[in-house]
Amino acid sequence: MTDIPSGSVARTTMDMVRGSLSRRHRKQFILQALGITAISLAFLMLFILLASLISTGHKAFTQTEITLEVFIDPEEISAERLPRGNFDDVLAAALAADLPSVDPNDRAAMRVVGGILSNGAQFQLRDRVVADPSLIGQTIALSVPVSDPYDQLRKGLLDRETPESLRRLDDTQIAFYDRLIEIGAITSSLNTGLLTNADSRFPELAGLKGAIMGSFWALLTCFLISFPLGIGAAIYLEEFAPKNKLSDFIEVNINNLAAVPSVVFGLLALAVFIGWFGMPRSAPLVGGMTLALMTMPTIIIATRAALKAVPPSIREAALGVGASKQQVVFGHVVPLAMPGILTGTIIGLAQALGETAPLLLIGMNAFITSAPATPFDSATALPTQIFIWADSPERGFVSRTSAAILVLLSFLIMMNAIATYLRSKFERKW
Amino acid sequence: MTTLAFAILLVASLAAYALNRRAATGIRNGGARLHSVSNYHGLFALLLMLVPVLVVILAWLVLQGSVVNAVVMGGLPDGTLTGLEKGQVDLILAEIQSIAGGRVFGQPEPWKLAAAERLTELRQLAALGLVLVTALLCLAIMIIARKKVSAEFRARQGVERIVSGLMIFCSVVAIFTTVGIVASLAFETYKFLRLVPLTEFLFGLNWEPQIPIRADQIAAAGAFGWIPVFVGTIVITIVAIVIAVPIGLLSAIYLFEFAPKRIRAVAKPLLEILAGVPTVVYGFFAILVVAPAIRSIGASLGIPVAPNTALAAGGVMGIMLVPFISSFADDALSAVPRAMRDGALALGATRAETVLNVLFPAAIPGIVGGVLLAVSRAIGETMIVVMAAGLMANLTLNPLESVTTVTVQIVTLLIGDTSFDNPKTLAAFALGMMLFLVTLVINIFALRIVRKCREAYD
Repeated sequence: MTDIPSGSVARTTMDMVRGSLSRRHRKQFILQALGITAISLAFLMLFILLASLISTGHKAFTQTEITLEVFIDPEEISAERLPRGNFDDVLAAALAADLPSVDPNDRAAMRVVGGILSNGAQFQLRDRVVADPSLIGQTIALSVPVSDPYDQLRKGLLDRETPESLRRLDDTQIAFYDRLIEIGAITSSLNTGLLTNADSRFPELAGLKGAIMGSFWALLTCFLISFPLGIGAAIYLEEFAPKNKLSDFIEVNINNLAAVPSVVFGLLALAVFIGWFGMPRSAPLVGGMTLALMTMPTIIIATRAALKAVPPSIREAALGVGASKQQVVFGHVVPLAMPGILTGTIIGLAQALGETAPLLLIGMNAFITSAPATPFDSATALPTQIFIWADSPERGFVSRTSAAILVLLSFLIMMNAIATYLRSKFERKW
Repeated sequence: MTTLAFAILLVASLAAYALNRRAATGIRNGGARLHSVSNYHGLFALLLMLVPVLVVILAWLVLQGSVVNAVVMGGLPDGTLTGLEKGQVDLILAEIQSIAGGRVFGQPEPWKLAAAERLTELRQLAALGLVLVTALLCLAIMIIARKKVSAEFRARQGVERIVSGLMIFCSVVAIFTTVGIVASLAFETYKFLRLVPLTEFLFGLNWEPQIPIRADQIAAAGAFGWIPVFVGTIVITIVAIVIAVPIGLLSAIYLFEFAPKRIRAVAKPLLEILAGVPTVVYGFFAILVVAPAIRSIGASLGIPVAPNTALAAGGVMGIMLVPFISSFADDALSAVPRAMRDGALALGATRAETVLNVLFPAAIPGIVGGVLLAVSRAIGETMIVVMAAGLMANLTLNPLESVTTVTVQIVTLLIGDTSFDNPKTLAAFALGMMLFLVTLVINIFALRIVRKCREAYD
């Protein structure tokens, strides 16, 4: 009676388990393999993204230049007529001296020779002569950028094998280039113009100074508005707000604002700031105000999390020795939460720096050839400048766009690094 | 002059702080017991001055321009503005302003020169007035605040009342923003619907906003049916979600359950990089790499692919959403109590079975909420589609063709100089209204699901 038919049931269960085990392990293996594939796919994309940006962008960090012995002909440039003068003819003549095959009296050929130089070369010479008129009549050495097609040719982006009719440079032009290479006139140098010039129609002259200044003014405005407002709102909601309908409503509002598409904020700015208040179009001030509205929810959410992390014992101790509620919060809780608040703010500002759509709607995609001196001047911002260059048909702007993206990404990495440093250095675990 | 006003305010409020603090200290040194510490007496004076005067200065600066313009235009010789349209009046004002700014073109009429002179005068007067008003207000408040200092005065309570008022104002800004969005969109949409009937906008199958600007211009008659634009948005969103959800979920499951600690420590921040890349960068990536790649694959298979196919924009958007979905899935999986997991493992389930049959079903609400938020982001995403998707509305479900989206239309309609009485401009606001409503509904729904899921196991 106590004789249980030992083992038979157990054995069959064990057999079933054993029998299915390899199938189940295979299933686990497949799931794991799928997971690894998925994550490698994501990293592959990240890698391709960065690799394509770097491989096209690094070429914009050098600029092809040509060194010329320029004789500043008093017949073409006279001290009385400055800053006017035939600077382009002087440069073309200097260049033609290096190219014996060209007849200086053949106007068509001279135009081709002049086309080797960037359009900005004559202004560079002009500025130099205006600064020192005694140079007239002398011969000076001058390094000027070459125009975009020749820059592309040196960087290997212009294929010599393409049929002549489809190429941007014909055989004579390439022969000129080869001759200039031969005599060592063409050099390549670090492209400082990328950071010190403002925008230009000519790729070889276009730089990011205007965009960086525009982004700076916009971010400064954004910070000055969103930081105090965001912290004030967060402290109130977290520490003081009574639990009632209004606080709930504000809370729902903030969470939804954080998820509203950015382009809608652009519409708001266009209708309210520019349409109703009559603020200037394209101004970094308006851009910064728009970005502030978008950044505020991020700052509020981060600040509230930081305040929540401060243990209640701190509050109770301060209350216990007779501090008022506000003295507790401003004297003890907020200083302890500050690292977390700053981290959240920097991350919010980094997001704002990369934001494009609202700035397009308020006109920060204008073509502006000077850097803004105040937040009221028309300007572009880094991301809108990237958008403008990506839209430009000239080949030279492709590598400029990638370079601009690399500049923007390095700013973002810097900001995130500061945020990470602040968090690791000052954040306290209770 | 404006800087001077701010400087006066700053100096005056610091002076008021020092004055009241000294006065309070003096009373205490005289042997009386103060209700509040002398520091609070100073702070009270500072805030009492800073807040109202700052409001006055800002309001003055906002209103100054339009008041001065109105006075100048009102002061023009009788009859110059009669019978002119609003646009022409604005043009005259702009000309007067540019003359006042020193940019004179041609030979303006003498009354314009006089008006410009008057404008310059008024502007100087207004700036002077601002400084004067600031100084007087500061002085008055300083006297009032100084009179308040006494042993019994509850300065701390006063300061705390002002501070909490300021904080409430900060919190209400969020409501103002929402109200501002709704009001501006609704107002412009209302103007749009007076030009285009609602039924045509909601159910029309044609979207051709290229309407003639001048009467004699030859252009399409203009059609404002949002269905093709909406369908295009849906197509691109589906492509993005189809790519993002499997990759995001599988990588979240792998990182959560199988990955060794060291791999997780590296992989998570790397995924976050994908989330931190600005969308304009993704847009450039789409046109530089992804679209040509898809086109050449299509060509080698013999399938015709449009140059700005929905696959390129949607695919890149999918990559952008991977970290978004994986972090939501990770949160949802971590929120499942440890007991459920341990129970499944104790019963002999493999780790894969635990994740798929126990953790995953329990985390489903959180994951669905995350996916919905991703959908709303895909619908509202702008730069990728502006750069990589088409401009022409095309009623098709084929992702190989070029489609346009709501956000693309908003941006293309509003880029450049726009006036507010043009149906093109107003159409952008109507589209913005629809975008706002659709994403709002999805967001509210998703946030509610996510919160419910979090509460379920708390």
